[in-house]
Amino acid sequence: MKLSRLSAPVLLLFPAFLVLAAVVVVPLALSFYSSFTPFRLTKPESLYVFIGLRNYITVISSWDFWVAFGRTVLFLTIALNAEMLLGLGLALLVSKAVRGQRLLRTLMMFPMMFSPVLVGFQFKFLFNDNIGLINNALQSLGLTDQAIPWLINGNLALFSITVAEVWSSTSVFAILILAGLLAMPRDPIEAAHVDGCTPLQTFRYVTWPYLMPFAFIAMTIRSLDVARAYDIVKIMTDGGPAKRTELLWTLVGRTAYGDARMGMANAMAYFAIVLSILFTVYFFRKLAAARQQIGAEW
Amino acid sequence: MAPVSLKKLVKRYGALEVVHGIDLEVKDREFIALVGPSGCGKSTTLRMIAGLEDVSGGTIEIGDNVVNDLPPRARNISMVFQSYALYPHMTVGENMGFSLKIAGRPVEEIKEKVADAAAILDLTHLLERRPSQLSGGQRQRVAMGRAIVRRPDVFLFDEPLSNLDAKLRTQVRTEIKKLHARMQATMIYVTHDQVEAMTLSDRIVIMRDGHIEQVGTPEEVFNRPLTKFVAGFIGSPPMNMDDVTVADGKLVFASGATLPIPPKFRQSLTPGQKLTFGLRPDDFFPTGHGLNSGDAEAVAELELPVSITEPLGNETLVFVGFNGRDWVSRMLNPRPLPSGQSIKMSFDLSQAHLFDLTTGKSLVA
Ligand SMILES: Nc1ncnc2c1ncn2[C@@H]1O[C@H](COP(=O)(O)OP(=O)(O)O)[C@@H](O)[C@H]1O
Ligand SMILES: [Mg+2]
Repeated sequence: MKLSRLSAPVLLLFPAFLVLAAVVVVPLALSFYSSFTPFRLTKPESLYVFIGLRNYITVISSWDFWVAFGRTVLFLTIALNAEMLLGLGLALLVSKAVRGQRLLRTLMMFPMMFSPVLVGFQFKFLFNDNIGLINNALQSLGLTDQAIPWLINGNLALFSITVAEVWSSTSVFAILILAGLLAMPRDPIEAAHVDGCTPLQTFRYVTWPYLMPFAFIAMTIRSLDVARAYDIVKIMTDGGPAKRTELLWTLVGRTAYGDARMGMANAMAYFAIVLSILFTVYFFRKLAAARQQIGAEW
Repeated sequence: MAPVSLKKLVKRYGALEVVHGIDLEVKDREFIALVGPSGCGKSTTLRMIAGLEDVSGGTIEIGDNVVNDLPPRARNISMVFQSYALYPHMTVGENMGFSLKIAGRPVEEIKEKVADAAAILDLTHLLERRPSQLSGGQRQRVAMGRAIVRRPDVFLFDEPLSNLDAKLRTQVRTEIKKLHARMQATMIYVTHDQVEAMTLSDRIVIMRDGHIEQVGTPEEVFNRPLTKFVAGFIGSPPMNMDDVTVADGKLVFASGATLPIPPKFRQSLTPGQKLTFGLRPDDFFPTGHGLNSGDAEAVAELELPVSITEPLGNETLVFVGFNGRDWVSRMLNPRPLPSGQSIKMSFDLSQAHLFDLTTGKSLVA
């Protein structure tokens, strides 16, 4: 009786809201709440102890956390810049292709089709110091006579992970920038040639400003992705050796399931989200500015 | 100091040849219009001169240099595009000064030259705006400003007015003409609009299907078209044309209507010859409402029915039925003419054109 007085749209949407609430809102609220408790998986009753901001204070004053945080930012910066440059290069090359451009575009998307777990295993094998392809190749070519400990040396390990990440996601940049290149009007480029630009100057002063919004869109998407990096790292090094490749989310995962400290892990996670939000805001600002610059109508 | 000379210039796209070995000498400081229907190869020719398209055959010389293999930046030219082609991320001032900046000129000099050009084109108050904040006419002026700032030897225009509305078009046309007088540079102007070509240029080049049909001053191509195509293309409204057969002292139309052979052709025609007869609307008018060339003997008169009229104020275009279709006539000092009424029409045959039916070439009297 009462229900029937609700309007049709509300009634019709109600089930959807219910499902959403069950799978999104409830877990979110629960995890947020648990970040204010000393909840451990091994001691379920600890979920009902409220300790205020103590988890957050512990996180902020934890050296390990800040190291992982800093490393994530570093990883993100290096990976995004590398992907950006490689993606730009790829897009420019593909856009010059007169024949088979469609095939190239499809090929370019291949790495995106692999699950990150698979990419992790693949690169774990490639970089293996004994049987890996890379060491084998280097040794066969006579470039080195010793096994380089790609995944065992702390610095090399982060580098190896970056390579895997870049391999799997450069195509995001390549595709978005290629879209920009294909949509770009030809006339301003020709005008630049007539105005005296060398090909390099044409790129610097005309093509690049036009592509910038596309690059920033890719940056935004990818910064969110990389800030959540977990699977590739988990497979390749699991944060090792000696925590030298520990990133934010591997740390969160280890704290939650390795140490079973759920409350603490959730506090870290909420803190980490701030990082993602900051990056998103930053790139959106840049995007808006770049769009305004080229007078984009979208 | 830059004459431009095209010698046997050819352009091929793969197997398709679109410009068939054209020759053209553009004199220093001349204003030349390339005119012709859409797709006849005007833009392609212009873009080869600019260096934006490769040359498939023949040579292009600017000044004394063969420029076939020089990139656009080495040719000292400016080009104004139909789409304006402004740099969207730069202000008007930056757009105009861009070529000087690339050439590494000092900031002071750039500022001064941009300011000068802006003053000429009435853009001074817009220098800080971006192209997206300008109207079409303003954008077009910025594009011209960008071209004049670098003081090139040769200006190239590719249909610069076709994106403007009719009123603005006349206005900018005048500005381009003034610009030519002021800049003392060679200008090559592509358009499909014969009125633009006539009003602007020293000489007109009429192109058709990758060939040049005729080169001449506006007066020459109007009064002495070498081919039927030129005759039909130049002039608005277009020349009235119909096929005729020469009979004894007469030209016989398909409908059986006849006109006397124009006096200047009387010696040269043979009976049975098939020709195309052409008469401009200015030389075909309601008796008493046109300008006679003075040769009264050459005027033929026929009684013809009015089909419709288009009053333009100072003159009226009168469409009259002749040889089974409407011939257009220009009526000066107009008076109202009801449709269907028969009126006396004058054919000023001293101004008539005759073209060979097969070759389309004009018969020179
Ligand atoms: N890039 C191209 N590839 C193949 N054909 C072209 C190309 N550009 C122009 N054409 C052809 O060349 C001819 C002349 O074109 P264009 O010079 O643009 O004509 P217009 O006189 O209208 O400026 C047209 O038939 C056109 O289809
Ligand atoms: Mg064209």
